[in-house]
Amino acid sequence: MAIENSPRPVVRLRGIVKRFAGVTVVNGVDLDLFAGQVHVLAGENGAGKSTLMKVLAGIHKPDAGTIEIDGEQRSFDVRTAKVAGIALVHQELLIAPNLSVADNLAMGREYRTGLGTLNRRRTRERAREQLARVGATFPETERAEHLSTGQQQLVEIARSIADNPKVLIFDEPSAALSAREVANLFRIVEEQRAAGTAIVYITHRMDEIEKLADVVTVLRDGKFVETLPIAEASPEAIVTRMVGRPIEALFSENRPPAGEVVLDVSDLGDGENIGPISLEVRAGEVVGMAGLVGSGRTEFARLVFGADEAKTGTVRIDGELLRSTSPMGAMRAGVALVPESRKDQGLVLGESIAQNVVMASFGSVSSAGVIRSRAVKKVTDSERTRMGIKSPRDMKVRQLSGGNQQKVLLSKWLQTNPKVLILDEPTRGVDVGAKADIYAIINAIAAKGVAVLVISSELPELLGLVDRIVVMREGRLVAAFPNVDLTEEAVMQHAFGVPSTQTSSNPILSKKALS
Amino acid sequence: MSTTTTAPPSVPPVGDARRSAFRQFLDRSDQLGIGVALVLLVVLMAIIAPYFWSVNNLLEVMRQVSAIAILAAGGTFVILTAGIDLSVGSALGVTAMVAIVLSSADAPAIVSIVGALAAGAVIGAINGVFISRFALPAFIVTLAALTFLRGFVYVGTGGTTLIPDSIGYGWIGQDSILGVPYAVVIMLVVYVVGWFVLNRTVFGRQVMAIGGNAEAARLSGIPVRRVIFLVYVISGLTAGVAGLIVASRLESAVPDLGTGYELNAIAAIVLGGTSLAGGRGSLVGTFIGAIFIAVITNGMTLLNVQSFYQQIIMGFVILLAVLIDRLRRGTAGD
Ligand SMILES: Nc1ncnc2c1ncn2[C@@H]1O[C@H](COP(=O)(O)OP(=O)(O)OP(=O)(O)O)[C@@H](O)[C@H]1O
Ligand SMILES: [Mg+2]
Repeated sequence: MAIENSPRPVVRLRGIVKRFAGVTVVNGVDLDLFAGQVHVLAGENGAGKSTLMKVLAGIHKPDAGTIEIDGEQRSFDVRTAKVAGIALVHQELLIAPNLSVADNLAMGREYRTGLGTLNRRRTRERAREQLARVGATFPETERAEHLSTGQQQLVEIARSIADNPKVLIFDEPSAALSAREVANLFRIVEEQRAAGTAIVYITHRMDEIEKLADVVTVLRDGKFVETLPIAEASPEAIVTRMVGRPIEALFSENRPPAGEVVLDVSDLGDGENIGPISLEVRAGEVVGMAGLVGSGRTEFARLVFGADEAKTGTVRIDGELLRSTSPMGAMRAGVALVPESRKDQGLVLGESIAQNVVMASFGSVSSAGVIRSRAVKKVTDSERTRMGIKSPRDMKVRQLSGGNQQKVLLSKWLQTNPKVLILDEPTRGVDVGAKADIYAIINAIAAKGVAVLVISSELPELLGLVDRIVVMREGRLVAAFPNVDLTEEAVMQHAFGVPSTQTSSNPILSKKALS
Repeated sequence: MSTTTTAPPSVPPVGDARRSAFRQFLDRSDQLGIGVALVLLVVLMAIIAPYFWSVNNLLEVMRQVSAIAILAAGGTFVILTAGIDLSVGSALGVTAMVAIVLSSADAPAIVSIVGALAAGAVIGAINGVFISRFALPAFIVTLAALTFLRGFVYVGTGGTTLIPDSIGYGWIGQDSILGVPYAVVIMLVVYVVGWFVLNRTVFGRQVMAIGGNAEAARLSGIPVRRVIFLVYVISGLTAGVAGLIVASRLESAVPDLGTGYELNAIAAIVLGGTSLAGGRGSLVGTFIGAIFIAVITNGMTLLNVQSFYQQIIMGFVILLAVLIDRLRRGTAGD
């Protein structure tokens, strides 16, 4: 299995088993990590990738199996794993928003003066060095809450590589990054590889696997499936092993033609950075919204939904003017917004799947304000079937894998039976199988006459899914095309605002998510 | 295929230093609103009640608030970790009672002083163990402590006023140094030390980190449980200090000593801009908040407002001050 001439792996995992409350999540996995190698972990949502890596990082204690570092058998907690040179960049970012970047970087390894007090000068100096190393340009005195997700992630990466770890684990690092931030991330990964670090990189994106991986290990349902050298790891080969069957079509075509205009936005803006924007979406139509991260797509969606107050313009649903600017008013009129940040805005993490699914539609599962638990169960189970969520109804959403959380979020909003469905990055962090499911669901919803607006940073996804693409840049709609013979390059040029004489082909965005 | 993506000119740079300097100012000015309100209040008082603006009265204001302010200093640590300590009023009663009981038994002053402080620390440790080790909600644990500690005060005083023949530490609550009451000096020392611990020590950063993101703190190897335990010990200790000040001023202990103080302390903390959700706030803010409450109380007394009405007014003033602060931050773009 060790496909490398290097004599001894840095890390040797053997027979790792991890159970949560009796459910086996990682089931006897073996893994060898070698210095200077990028080892991609692939697998469906809930396959146990994050859990396996948390075992290695000392966050979870394995129920069985051994961990060897440099040939020596170890058992870990968070601190000793760190000392042993294992660093994990978490899937869910771990940033204290109230602290400065420098304090976040120093968290858990504060610099002390001779007197035992905080050495602030040293802390800031170190922070500057660490930020420079990852190519960050924001100051170390900035409060973390003012950083974009990508910038916060740079902080986390800077923190992870500060002590020159032997093993560096990235858990879906690119999910929320802009194209440029991804390029920077890749540069860091390449540098670390060149420096001889053993790297684990978890991702659902085939283009990243092709670009970075030296070897690919596939997990399925907590079990080790196979380790492939990159030469043998074609997207088809990986997907087949992940899902246990080949996926024929990611996108399905047949949708009936679009009907009347349902969502009619005119001159909508926040008076500052966004708008004025006008946009129509018809019944049964799927419109895609492209643009760079930070181009104002999410803000636009929030204005339509009444989550933020619009200063200019109007929103009409079925010709009816939306008067109140509140999510409640928008929901009454039949608008649903599936937000991009499932953790902050979408889900109540401490509640069960069932509670989350019915949260936006209590009316349909209650009588005279009293919740009918039978109805909740029924609704939840039918959603679990439709979405392919295997986890039990009463499981806390916090304990779900990222992709399953996304499906629960989608369920919650579909339960409101919307006329207009706005999806903000609906497949972020979602595995290929689940992606295909979600696309199929979107198709079915549209076929029933719902007007759908999909915001996505993955162009192949938009090109495969939508009828029409609109492009946002710096808070404005700058282009609109029917999705006929459209290329990613054409869309990207408008997103970047580069004149069309220049080819702005972007290596990250221009590759197919799944060939 | 190369990874170099030429940066398109239309995208703003990743970190905009100029804007962030302004933001940092806003961040640090959490106490600005209440500070401005305090200044206005002081000016107003000085105009309508001229006696207010005399050194004697100002020192008296500070002396009166010293016990609450000291409780609020410890409470700030607790609230910064997103906790709460409702037991400090009763804890103050217990520590004062311990000091007076020891004096009644003719113990030397130092024994009474150490005894009161130790009682405070033990109370904090009990709260801390239940909250950090057994993961019980701080609200419930300290609410229970509020009740049973009050019971101890009744038991210790026998339900009546306990007056020892003499105490050796009456100077703490009654005398002055260079014209400044010792109680005020002690309060200032507590705040200076507290500020240093919070802003200049590793422990202080750990408190802020836990309040900001406890999971991040845990996974960064910060001993979360120990830090949480310690903030309750600090809160208990400050209750001990405050209890000593009160006991030494009264030279006696009554069963309901300190009743309701916890709410005044929390009001001072919140007025000072500290978030009950943890992670945000400062001791400077708490200090200003405590003084604010004291000035209003003093002003109403100088203006002969009946004490029943004082309560009503105080409640609304707190609401108003927090509302103004909220609006200010709302317009500041938070
Ligand atoms: N703390 C926990 N308690 C109970 N179950 C858990 C816990 N953490 C994870 N699980 C379960 O373990 C399984 C594997 O989760 P894990 O996060 O490792 O998946 P993953 O492969 O990383 O998926 P994704 O690609 O969606 O991130 C999931 O079914 C999840 O619900
Ligand atoms: Mg994961």
